Amino acid sequence: MAAPDTNPDVSALAAAPGLEDWHLDLRAQGTRREEAVGHLHALLLRAARFEVFRRRGSLPQLSSAELDELAHDAAGDAAISVLRRLGDFRGESSFRTWAYKFALLEASVKVRRRAWRDREVTLEPERWEDVAYAGPGPDDDAETAALHEAVREGIRTALTPKQRQVLVAVVLEGVPIDVLAERLGSNRNALYKMLHDARRRLRAHVAASGYLEET
Amino acid sequence: MTGRDLDPALLRLLGTDEPEIDCDECFAKLDRYVELELAGAPADTHIPGLRAHLVGCPACAEEHESLRALLELDSVS
Repeated sequence: MAAPDTNPDVSALAAAPGLEDWHLDLRAQGTRREEAVGHLHALLLRAARFEVFRRRGSLPQLSSAELDELAHDAAGDAAISVLRRLGDFRGESSFRTWAYKFALLEASVKVRRRAWRDREVTLEPERWEDVAYAGPGPDDDAETAALHEAVREGIRTALTPKQRQVLVAVVLEGVPIDVLAERLGSNRNALYKMLHDARRRLRAHVAASGYLEET
Repeated sequence: MTGRDLDPALLRLLGTDEPEIDCDECFAKLDRYVELELAGAPADTHIPGLRAHLVGCPACAEEHESLRALLELDSVS
């Protein structure tokens, strides 16, 4: 992976230097720090509200006040993360953009978990054939039908039970990876690595069956 | 048939064999990637593997869309 390089191309996007200097006061003491923390919180709340209201369609049961409460919770958690990780900010983007991503992450995870709070997730890997894998349709040709059968066989035989569980939940059932991570006591990154390995095994199985060229 | 020819449902199952970064690295680099995109710079050249990750990870893809949309909103307000 290439090392990060400096990027003069984004200068037009960043606010004027003086307008972004406030974040340096997050490392100060006393009143200056309090003012900077207040500024940070306002910034994070803006991003969290943006994300929560953008995804409100997945939470039709919540009122505007409840959505706003969710945004406040996300902004509070994001502020803790930002202050804890100030040393990670290298100036490769504007501070505003860097801080925004923490609020968007916290808000999007909270929205997904809230939306799935009362929904069942198929965690038994052997139940995968019950879920919605449509397979070939009536208009598919013989090659496509054989490809789908190779995929089904690969899911059945080439994956470990854990890989099958994650692949089926995330891809076939559409369970958000954060929701699955919470229910399995894991985290997004670990589950994504498992999903990535499952896909690689499945591709290798399908390629060995002669229905997919590895590029 | 190659990975690029697959229908979307099969592509979600099989993914691609393009090199990709993981969720943690995606989060670490997302702010710079989106600023590069919005500046019209070659984000995928500067940060290889992030685009492939967004194709494979719906959660990171949502957060990428949101960060981009929020910055676009800021730029007009």
